[in-house]
This record gives sequence, structure tokens and C-alpha cells, in this order.
Amino acid sequence: MKARVAIFDFASCEGCELQIVNLEEKLLDLIDIVDVVSFREAMKEHSNDYDIALIEGSIMRPMDEERIKKIRERAKVLIAIGACACLGGVNKLRNEWPVEEVKKEVYGDALLEGNKFFDVFPTKAVDEVVKVDFYIPGCPIDRNEFAKVITAVALGRKPRLPSYPVCVECKKRENICVFELGQFCLGPITRAGCNAICTSFQDGCEGCRGFLDDAKMDAQKDVLRKYGVTVDQMMKKFNFYNYRKGVL
Amino acid sequence: MASDLNVTVKHLTRVEGHGNIYFNAKAGKVEKVLWEVDEAPRFFEAMVRGKSYSYLSHITSRICGICSIGHSLASLKATEAAMGVRISEQTELLRRLALHGENLQSHSLHVGYLAAPDLFGAPSVVPMVKTHLDAVGKIVAVHRLANRLSDVTCGRTTHPITLTVGGFTKVPSEEDLLFAKKECEKNIEVTRSLAKDILTVKDKIPDFKRETEFIALKNDKHYAFYDGKIASTDGGVFPVSDYLKVTNEYFAPQSTAKYAKHKRASYMASALSRFNLNYEQLTDGAKEVAEMFGLEPVCHNPYMNTIAQLVEIMHSLEDSIDLVDKVIGIGLEEEEFEVEVRPGRGVGAVEVPRGILFHDYTIDEVGNCVKANCIIPTNQNHGNIQKDMEAMAPTLVNMPEKDIELRLEMLVRAYDPCISCSTHYLKVNFI
Repeated sequence: MKARVAIFDFASCEGCELQIVNLEEKLLDLIDIVDVVSFREAMKEHSNDYDIALIEGSIMRPMDEERIKKIRERAKVLIAIGACACLGGVNKLRNEWPVEEVKKEVYGDALLEGNKFFDVFPTKAVDEVVKVDFYIPGCPIDRNEFAKVITAVALGRKPRLPSYPVCVECKKRENICVFELGQFCLGPITRAGCNAICTSFQDGCEGCRGFLDDAKMDAQKDVLRKYGVTVDQMMKKFNFYNYRKGVL
Repeated sequence: MASDLNVTVKHLTRVEGHGNIYFNAKAGKVEKVLWEVDEAPRFFEAMVRGKSYSYLSHITSRICGICSIGHSLASLKATEAAMGVRISEQTELLRRLALHGENLQSHSLHVGYLAAPDLFGAPSVVPMVKTHLDAVGKIVAVHRLANRLSDVTCGRTTHPITLTVGGFTKVPSEEDLLFAKKECEKNIEVTRSLAKDILTVKDKIPDFKRETEFIALKNDKHYAFYDGKIASTDGGVFPVSDYLKVTNEYFAPQSTAKYAKHKRASYMASALSRFNLNYEQLTDGAKEVAEMFGLEPVCHNPYMNTIAQLVEIMHSLEDSIDLVDKVIGIGLEEEEFEVEVRPGRGVGAVEVPRGILFHDYTIDEVGNCVKANCIIPTNQNHGNIQKDMEAMAPTLVNMPEKDIELRLEMLVRAYDPCISCSTHYLKVNFI
């Protein structure tokens, strides 16, 4: 029997789900090995009976927390897709301020008291609320990596992500190092798998795929210092997708 | 005797983001009809504070995966206006091409994958692969070309890499541009044929009219996407810097998004607004598609927005061909550009697939953002959706519940709402 897959979104831009639609013909191949039983952005059909749950987005509110827990109970395997789900991503940038301050900046003096839609807490990645079995990183996710991971899980295999930095892929593409172009880059500490897409277009890596477990943080900081990057600039770059994970 | 009716659509499908529809009638009388938005608020406006000008377009592109190119461009234009940065002719041409890439991506996604299933009587595009393989193939072809054009101009389809303050981190190669041009040429016939397929189910588009105001950018040179002034079908042309006088956002308790109004209780920003205001500047091919469907300005049927998008698919294909020729004609090259940090405030407006989009930033002496505001098309449309529902509701009371549900769902889908966009960057202006 084919594995039943359901796709759910929380606080996000839905760009990762869009990459699933962007698979086009490859999506038809995927449908050969899995049944998509729920995908609100693209389908009206819906079922609560699924084996694999794919989660896009961060968790912001008690009502979201309740919903993700129910999904976890129903799913045999839960996969976080994209930086918002895997890391908290850009959604965590607001955690720098207290929730009340952020609400006031954006909604002014509007009366939000008792309105459950606005009952928010500091942004959480999905694994801060429920157990996550596998991760598909990136902002947005890489379509080919997505297809590989889903295929592996559907066939009962354990998917594996690269355990080396973006620099390896960047060197393979024979790019000029963006540091030499006067930019700075998190490629040395960020997990590969994107085929160094940003640096190949001469834009420094922002770390959207998360830092490696054994990232050489001190060496990265030495490189940044060598190129005259200030502590403040460094922190902002680290925090872009990996809020407070690049502690100095 | 009319029976009691209860329609609840929780988390409407085949739209971007989370919204709900409620409809209640007792003994033939409408008691409640409500469009509710319950997307989690993300507070982008707060989170960009203190961030360098060079990061702003990368952060704000993450407001929306579908309109990430448009958000990037509105963001860059606001930043460039604030700091007094000028861009080259080549940069402007390539940005306009990038915007067509997004318009084609988003419109083919909406017309083909999100709206068409209702017209063909399918719950999604998946069963249509079996029943209407030929039409689905055409949608996939246009969508693939759109993705390719975005890849060529922006480095990837979603969340642009190459678009940056002052220019491009890397300019597309002539070879890639010519390839994209060829693909556009091929897809003109595909689109004409797709339009004929959709014409066979035209009678499934509800015949509903409610007079409203349409707002879009307008300029003298061409059908406005990248640049222009704010124009209204109720009259008047306003500079972009006066956008707050047009949008007049207000807070509605049933929504994490904001509502907007100008001269009437609500207005519409959309492909249909652009069509209604700038019809004359469409390409000939695009006008032909409009004619097939009897679509003429000013059209007050919101369901026809999907057809206006189809018209714009043709326009974007034909105009892209022209833009590639122009940019190669002026001698495509990598350009050196320097950006000087200067404090100031700037507003950027572009037409994104769903309508007019504004970003407004204040930048300080060291180049950090101190204040941001952004007004999203869907946000401007929530009020108009609600007013349409209120006008339509009394005509629905003799229908079976499932027909009412479909009629209301189709209405919201016709606006092609981008709900996660609309909750992300809000500013309350009490009225």
C-alpha cells in the first residue's frame, strides 16, 4: 500500500509548499509512490488518516500548538520542511523584542485583548513543541532534495542530509569566494545541499539550511574578523535564520 | 418555504493562507455572512527594525512565497527612494522582466491549479490529470516557462538572489535570456489554446456584479507593473508617496489582516483593476484573449479577475519577448554600481499578481531601517470580498448549501488572496 502523505502549513510564506507544486512532472512521479491525502494550498480533498505529515512554518500561538500536537498524534512520521519549521527561520527575528512590544509596533493601540488570533508567544521551531523525525532544510527547500527525502521515507529508508559545509559545493562549482568580492558569507558553517545557489549568484550565504552540528564557529569568527566584519554585523548575519544559535 | 441554511468553510482550500467563510440564513433571511482571516500574524514590520538596508529585501521577500519577487522589488524601490539610489536602464528592464516571471508563475498557478478545478467540476488539479490531461499539460507548460524566466532573472523561482539595492549581484547571460525568449514565443500558442479550453466552461463563471472602485498603478509609457502613479476608476491620479491617503487601513476584529477603503466602503486591487484602468496598453494578443471572453473595461464582476489574469499571462509573454530584445539591444553587461548610505524615508510601489503593493521604509545615518510599513494587495481586498459577500448573500438563500459554499469559495478564490501576505506587515490607522 502507498504511504499516505498530508501537508500542513503554520506561520510561513508557503514558499516551500510552492516548491512541491513546482516539481511539476516530478510531482507526478512522486504521486506514483505516495498518496497525497491533504494539501490545503492545492487541494479541496482532505483526510485525517495519514502516515507522513509534512509541516511548513513556525509555531506562534496556543491554537497552533494544539493543532500541531493533534497532527503529531495522527502521523507515524513527521517531517519539518523549510527554515521556518526546522529553525524558526526569519520568524524568530521578532523574538528580539517582547511580544507586547512587537504587537504595539505593528497593530498600534488596536484592542487585541481576548482575541485568540493574536494570542502569540515567542516564535518556536516545530521541534520545540513536538518530536520531529526528519528535516528538509532551506529557505525555500530545494525541490530535488525534497523528492529524495520523501522517496526515502516512503520506501522505509532513513534520509540523510549532507554533513559538510556549503563551501564544499561552492568550491566544486569553481566560484570566486564571495569574501574576495567584499561580501561576507556563512558558507563555512552552514549545511550543504543547496548546491551553493546563493554564492553562485555572488551573494553571501545567510545560513538558511542551519549550522552543521560540528560547525567550526571559532574558525568562522576568525574569518569574519579577518575581513573586518564587526560583532554587530556578525550577530545580525548569524541571527537571520539561526536566531541565537551563533552565540559569540 | 426557505429552509435554515448553515455554511461554514474552515480553512478555505486552494488559496494561499488561512481564511474562513461563514453563512447563516433563517427562514430565507440572511443572518450572517462573514469572511474571517485567522492566519498567524508574523510581525515583519517589527522585525526589520535595526536591520541593514542590504538585508531588507531578503527579509521581506519571506512575507510571501508566491509574490517574493514583487516584495523584493517593492522593498528595493523603497530603500532606493529613501537613500536616493539611482538604477540603470538595464537594471530597470531586467527588473520588469523578473516581474513578468512572477506574474506568469502566480497567474498560471492561480488560473490553472487553484481556480480552474471549480470550472471543470473537480476538487483539485490532481483528478484533472485523468479527465483533462491536455489542458493540465498546457498549464504545466506555462508554469514551467514562468519558473524558468524567474530562474534566469532572479537566480531561482522563489526568494530572489540576484535582485539587490542598486542593481544585480549577477546579470543573466544573453544565452539564458534568449532561451527564455524562445520559451515565451512557444507559450503564446499554448496560452491561446488554454484560453479556448477555459472558454468551453465559461458558463461556470458566476454572473455577479457589484459596482466598486478599482485601484492600480498607471503610467504613460506602458501597461504598469513596475512603475507608475496610483490611479482609480472613480477618478484621480495620486503620487505613490501619498499612498496612505488612498489605502486608509483600518482594523477589523474578525481578522489578523487589515482592511482598506478609499472613495467608497471598499475597493479592489487586482489584475482586473489593472485591466480596467490600463486596457489600452495591453498587447494585441492579450486584447484578443479578453475579446474571446467578452471582457471589457470597466468590468464589475469580481469572478472575472481570473480571466483578467489569463489576459495578463498573454501580455506578460509578449512584453517579455520585447524586453529581452530591448535589454540585449542596449548591450547587456555586468555593471559596476556603488551604493552610498544616506538617511531618509522612501516609498516603493509595484503591481504584483494580486494588485498594488507598497513598502515604506525610514533608513538612518548608518543604513539601518528604523521604521517600516507595507500594504499588501490582499489586505486592500478583504473589505471588498466582505462587501461582495453581503451583496450576494440574499440571492443565495434558495440554493442548496453545497452550491452556496461553492459560490462563496469561488468568490474568495477569484480574488486569488495571498492571506499570509496580508497579515504580515500591518499598520493601524484608526478612522
